[in-house]
Formats: sequence, structure tokens, C-alpha cells
Amino acid sequence: MSLESTAAPVSCAPVTIAGAARVTTERGQREVFCGLTGIIWLHRKIQDAFFLVVGSRTCAHLIQSAAGVMIFAEPRFATAIIDERDLAGLADANVELDRVVTQLLTRRPDIKLLFLVGSCPSEVIKLDLSRAALRLSGRFSPQVRVLNYSGSGIETTFTQGEDACLASLVPSLEAESPAPVAAPVHGPAQAQGRAQAQSAGNLLIVGALADVVEDQIRLLLADLGIARVDFFPPRRSTEMAQVGPHTRFLLAQPFLADTARALEARGAKHLAAPFPLGAEGTLAWLQAAASAYHIEDGEFRRATQPAYERARRSLARYRDQLAGKRVFFFPDSQLEVPLARFLAQEMGMVLVEVGTPFLHRGHLAAELSLLPEGTSVVEGQHVENQLDRCLAAQPDLVVCGLGLANPLEARGLTTKWSIELVFTPIQGFNQAADLAELFARPLVRRTRLVA
Amino acid sequence: MQLTVWTYEGPPHVGAMRIATAMRDVHYVLHAPQGDTYADLLFTMIERLPRRPPVTYTTFQARDLGSDTADLFQRAAAEAYERFKPKAMLVGASCTAELIQDDPGGLTRALHLPIPVVALELPSYQKKENWGAAETFYQIVRTMATPQAPAPGFKRPAREPGTQPSCNILGPTALGFRHRDDVRAVREILEQLGLAINVIAPLGASPADLARLGEADFNVVLYPEIAHQAAQWLQRTFDQPSIKSIPLGLHATREFIEEVARVAGVDPAPALQGTPSHAGWYSHSVDSTYLTGKRVYVFGDATHAIAAARIAAKELGFTVVGLGTYSREFARDVRAAAASYGIEALITDDYLEVEAQVAELQPELMLGTQMERHIAKRLGIPCAVISAPVHVQDYPARYSPQMGFEGANVLFDTWVHPLMMGLEEHLLTMFRGDFEFHDAAPPSHLGTTAAKPQALPPAQPLSQPQHVQPGATAAAGGAAPRSVWSPDAEKELGKIPFFVRGKARRNTERFAADRSVELITVETLYDAKAHYSR
Repeated sequence: MSLESTAAPVSCAPVTIAGAARVTTERGQREVFCGLTGIIWLHRKIQDAFFLVVGSRTCAHLIQSAAGVMIFAEPRFATAIIDERDLAGLADANVELDRVVTQLLTRRPDIKLLFLVGSCPSEVIKLDLSRAALRLSGRFSPQVRVLNYSGSGIETTFTQGEDACLASLVPSLEAESPAPVAAPVHGPAQAQGRAQAQSAGNLLIVGALADVVEDQIRLLLADLGIARVDFFPPRRSTEMAQVGPHTRFLLAQPFLADTARALEARGAKHLAAPFPLGAEGTLAWLQAAASAYHIEDGEFRRATQPAYERARRSLARYRDQLAGKRVFFFPDSQLEVPLARFLAQEMGMVLVEVGTPFLHRGHLAAELSLLPEGTSVVEGQHVENQLDRCLAAQPDLVVCGLGLANPLEARGLTTKWSIELVFTPIQGFNQAADLAELFARPLVRRTRLVA
Repeated sequence: MQLTVWTYEGPPHVGAMRIATAMRDVHYVLHAPQGDTYADLLFTMIERLPRRPPVTYTTFQARDLGSDTADLFQRAAAEAYERFKPKAMLVGASCTAELIQDDPGGLTRALHLPIPVVALELPSYQKKENWGAAETFYQIVRTMATPQAPAPGFKRPAREPGTQPSCNILGPTALGFRHRDDVRAVREILEQLGLAINVIAPLGASPADLARLGEADFNVVLYPEIAHQAAQWLQRTFDQPSIKSIPLGLHATREFIEEVARVAGVDPAPALQGTPSHAGWYSHSVDSTYLTGKRVYVFGDATHAIAAARIAAKELGFTVVGLGTYSREFARDVRAAAASYGIEALITDDYLEVEAQVAELQPELMLGTQMERHIAKRLGIPCAVISAPVHVQDYPARYSPQMGFEGANVLFDTWVHPLMMGLEEHLLTMFRGDFEFHDAAPPSHLGTTAAKPQALPPAQPLSQPQHVQPGATAAAGGAAPRSVWSPDAEKELGKIPFFVRGKARRNTERFAADRSVELITVETLYDAKAHYSR
């Protein structure tokens, strides 16, 4: 499929080839969140963890407003707002931080894991949060463990906050213990493969997923005979996985570069795969695990075929609505390339431009090779130029952040707000149709509303 | 360092964005790290503006800090001018850029742009959103109007007979609490009085409009938090008086009309007679008797909090049991207002302090911001929102002003609606045991969505309130021995309507503690009731 006619060229940027994609990089204003935003889902995922941003009023305001409206639950996050006294040296920032943390832990005795989260101002004034975390861990352990990572906009873009958070947890993961004796098996025919899978070390699924998705994946993997499956991050800080040279890991999210590197440093082996989006993505992702655990093809088909076929059937009606429609991605979460692959490969959509804040050519290698030949992938952002290209191309659907969605709708374009793709269970066979529906809904809505 | 869970106000550069976004032909170039563009969402999602705020961010990252962020800013400013061709430009820094001290003002001046450039100095580690909005509005007004300024000491001559008096309306911004509708309501009043509206600013004004501000006879300042500083400068420079009354509520609207008429030298009658108000009559009608003495807690920005307390006390017959604000700049006015109700104002930007005080006072109605709505939900107290910070629900599709006579009607409906209806309240008091009609059942007109009262978690306030209520410490005093409730007394307590039960329990315990009564009986309960009865 040639995209030359639909993709407006990115001016004066060198083009490189990655898989089937033509990649250009551009720089300018980036209309993206910083890594602090990840706290919005991480604080709900790890239920006994608390996130203390050490930053400014802007940081506090960002987290409060990031989801578009305020989230009113007793939050497990807060901001230690740096004020003038801290900057002028009138107050020792470390003494102040210790005071604030003590105050916080007195108020919330249920907290087992505290993250000190660095921000742009804390980075610029070079407040050493790793030393602070060590110091405070010493004071509050064993009741509370204190870790630190940076969610600052100068270091991280949106989902990279989760990457930094998970990477900070990796050094504290326990070393793996020897494989347990093989669990009882269901039938003699599968006994050998299962025993092999059991002895091969644990499988780590890396990246925050909705609980419902985790449960489905766990069942599927157990049916395949991979019983030692851990999810990272876990739901509670006391249920951290073990890691070691026998550990294999599958990335459930495409934005975990530092976490993967940290796991590899602990000896764990990354299983290269596309991401579990759509029927094909999920099948290929599970296949990577099955191959690593030497599960026979027949056994793999037996365990996955029904769910795969059901996912394909559920996608069919959305394919009718989406096929041939032209879609334009603004950069947001790094999920753009896998999503674009799903929309092109499984839904028959035409990719006008796939913007992404960063392109991890290694982790996305499988995805990039599955894109239609010549797909325009744009790494980085110059938002004004990108808006010009988008308006010129007049795509049928624009996937973009909430800062751009209403303004584009007001100009007659149909949009899908991208942050919903981060907050919604979209991975796995049973969610494939939900994912497709997220893209179909704005198109359906426009046809329903009388112009 | 201050531990903050929720904030009432954003940083000062968000205030500057509210001015830039309200105006036409203005562009704001903000030196800010990647991520600060979140602020666009406030306007596109909460206010649902169909356009992006006119803001260019430099969105620098770590690699830029190693090279030249000043150059990055200059290029962004030059590009923004070329692309948007504004008639005036605001330049400044967000909190992080403030630390790297690149001097956006100097860098932009070096570009020699053919438009006025306002360099904003908004100290992010000291000030907040409303201050930033006020400072920005003042600076752009000064920049645009100074070329038209008369010589110092100018005295405004008396208006020529037969010419139409004119005024400016100052203060409405983007992301304001009902500003759009208030402007329409106030404009109608002013036009009924025969006044010409010279300029409305910043909402909808261009830089050229600001240059004409001095042509009006006087200024109407709707929101002192935003426009007081600019109005003071206009008074000094152009000898333009400002109207002090703010038309929130029936009485204040009448005062506003009379003050405007006096300053403008016109007859107030057309506006006073123009719009009959339902709110005044409804409040006098007998079905409103049940509102008498309802205990109300008020918190918001200074202007709305002071006005809400006054309306609650004088126009609805409520009892104001708490009054506070997060607007430290106007703390003195709020303290004075609170004193007139015999209470002490709570001046804080820590919502946990507000929550602690509300839990202590157990009001029957909260008039607050979205934060207080949250507090009220947790404590099972009816609540109406009267002030920013704003929520998408504060931008209703219908015309819904807070100001003027129509505004008074809106306030009456909005505040009375969350309460139990009068007859329902009586029936509930008489027949407490009905299985469908009990304490935990929400008011019937609110459906099933009304929250049940929830117990407050054992959380302690993060810091001591600046102003503790005089009576509040006595009840919380840990030294007094705690009395025990007899089963009969506990059962009797259960017959008291839930919305005053917490107060009855505390009063009885205080009464018992003061008299060293160890066992609270039914008699103690009614002794305490008699003791504390109003």
C-alpha cells in the first residue's frame, strides 16, 4: 500500500527506515504530559504505595487536573511544594522533606511503600532524592520502604514515568529461588511439556495492566502450562516478584526501556514480541512466551484458538466501520505504533501519520515490521507543524491528547482522545473489540448527530 | 516545603493564561519544561473552549538544559510571532524556567518585534493563580493604556450635559466561575440605566480595546481578585472611580444599581424596577420557613465567600457557622465579614483544614468550591458550589449567572435544591422508623445518587488551623474523661434526625464532660438539649 498520496511530508527532516516504517524526527513544542501523570494510574495499581511528588504548585495542579477533571477520592499521592524559603536556603530542603514525610506517614499509617518522585524544579535545584530515600528508608524501615524516581518533564514524557517508577523497583526485587517441584498436572499427554515449563524459571509480565486483563492473561498462561507467572508492578508492594537468570519477561507496554534494561541487568531475559493489542498482537505476544517455554504448537493452538477466534469474530463488525478510514496519530503514550499496527493490520485502516514521543526501535522491532510498507512514523513533535499537516490531510480520525481534541473537533475533524487508551483495559483477546470500539465510537457518533 | 493534597489555585502562570485566553489578538510565550502544556486542558476540557489557548511553550528537556535554553526561547518567540501575528505578546517563565533565569523579557526585546511585549515576572514559589491573573491584567492594561495617559494629577472633567455616561466592565477571564453569564447579567443592568459599555476586559477585549479604557467615566470591577490592581491604576492615571458594590444577591444588586446610578448621575429606577425577582418572594413565602436558621458553612474565593455569607444570612435566613477563603490577598475583608456573624474566618489553602473544621461544625449546608463538594460528599452534607476552582459542571449549557436579579434566582434554586424539602424533613422527624423513609434514604427529589454519610477516616489535619474556632478546642480536648453512653440514651440519640445527630452527640458529651457525668442517660441527653437549645 502506498501512502505517498496521503502522508504530508515532514519538511527538511532526515528519513530513516525502521522495519516497514519511514521514520522522521522533529523538534519543537511538545504537547505531551510529563512523567508525573503516570501517578494517576500507578497509585491505584499498587494499593499500598504512596507517591510524594517533590515539586512546585504546577506539579500539584498538573496531577489534579491531568484527567481533565479532578479525581475526588482520598488520593494516595500528594505534593511537597517547594517554596521560596527552600530555594533561598533559609530552610534546609532535606530537613524540610524529612518533616513532610514524617507528617505524611503519621497521617497514613497504611502506607508500606513510599515513592519520592522528582520533578522539574527538584532536578534543576539538584535535590538528591536518592540520598533522601536511603536516609528515610533507614528511619522508617521495616514499616515503610522509601524509593525514588524522576517523573520530571525534563527527563520523562508521560508513560516514561511508569518506566522510571518500575525501574526504581527492580534493584529491590528478591533474587529468584530455585524452581519448585512441578505442580500436579492435568493429563499425562501434557505432563512433559508442563514439567519443562515449570523448571524454566518464572515469567514476568512487565507493565501496569488492568486487574481484569491480568486475571485473563494468568488463566491463559496457566492453561499453556506456564504456572509461575508474576506481574510487575504487583497489586501490593508486599507481593513483589523474584527475578534472576532464569526469569523471562514479556513487556505488556511499549514504553518500558529503562525497566527492561534494569531487569536484564539482573539476568532476566526479554522475550521479543509485538504487544498484546488486538487478536493478532495478543496471539503473537503469547506465542513468544510459549516458544520460550518450549510449548508445542499443537498445545499452543489448543489453549489459544478459542479465545483468538472469538476475538476475531468480535472484531469483524468494527472492521466494517473502520476499514479504509484514514487515521492520524499525535504523539502521546508511545502506544501509537502498536495501536497503528492493530488498526492497519486488523482493522484495515489507512495510516496517514503515526506520531510518537519516542521510538524504541528494539522493543518495537516486531511492530514496525508489521506496519504497512512506507508508513510515516514521526518521532518527537513540533505541534504547530504537525497540526498543519493534520489539517491539510483531513484524516477521518485523529488520535490526540485532550489539549488538541476539542479544538480539532471544532474544526470539523473527528478525534479519539488518546489518554483513554492508557486508562482503559485494551490488552488481550477479550478486550480486542473494546479497543476497536474506542476508535469506532467517535466515527459512529458523528454520523448520529444531525449536522 | 508544604504538603499538599489538593490545591485551590494553580501556579501564577495559569493566571496569566486565563488573561491571554480571555483576550483576542494576544499571544503568550511561556518558557516551560515539557509537560506544562497540561494547562491547555483546563481550557479545552473544563471550560470546553473550541480553540487552543494562545500559548506557545518552549517545552525544554534535559538535553536543552545542556545547550542553550535562552536561544530556544528566542526562537519560540520569533516563530510564535510569525505564525500567530498577535497585536501584543506576553512573555514569561513557569516555575522551572524561573530557576534557570533566562530573562524572557530581555530575549524578546532583542527580537525587536513590532508589537508591545509585556514581560511578566510571576514568582511561582511565592504566588498563585489569582495573583498571577491580577498581575498580568494590570501589566497589559498599563502597557496598552499608558500611551493615552494624561499628565499626572489629571482631574476628570464633569461630563458634558447630554452625553451618554460610559463605563468599563473589568475582571471576567477565561476559566472563570460563571464569568461569561455574569457579564451578560451586569451588562443588561448597565444598559437599563442608559450607560454605554466602553470596554469589557479581559474577556473578549483586544490590546487596542485596552488602549481605550481611559475613555470611560468609571469602572465596574466584577472580580476584585482579578481586576482590583488594574482598576486602582486606572483610578490614579485616568481619575476613573471604581464601583465598590458587587451585584451578588438581591440586596447587593440593589446597592450596585444605586451606586452605579450615583456615580454615573442617572436615575436608578429603570434597573431597580426592570427585573422582578422570584428569589425574594420565594424566600418570604411560608414554605421557606424550614430554611430558618439552617447552619451553613461558606468557603471560596473572597468575593464569592463574603457575598454568599451575606445572602445566606440576610436573604435566606440561614445561620452562618463558618466562613473562610483561600484568597490570602483579601483575608482582611473576609475576617471583617466573619466578625459580623460572630465567628472567626478560616484563611487557608489547605483543604484538610477546611475538612477538619467542617467535620467539627457539622453544618446542614455547605457553600463552597469543588473541594468542599468533595468534603461534603464524604461527610454526607448537602452542598452547592459558589466559587472557583472550577469543574466542568460549572460551565452549564444554559444561561446561569450568579450576579444581578437573575443571579439571585439562580442562587436561590442552587442552594435550596440540595436540602431536604420542608415537608419531607418534618415527616422524617416524626416517623423515623419507616423502612423506605429513614435517615440513610436520600432526599426523594435527588434520586438514589445522593451519598450516604461516610465516616471521616482517622486522618489528622496536616497542620494546625491558623484560626481555631473558639468552641472547637473544648470538645476535642483530650484531658476531660470521656463519658459512656447508656444503651437507652444511645437509642434515643438514634431518633434524632441524622443531620443534627453528630452535633447532638458532641454537645451531649461536652455537657457531660463539663459536669463530670460518667454515664450519659436519656435524661442527660435532654438536659444537654435544653442547655444548648437556640
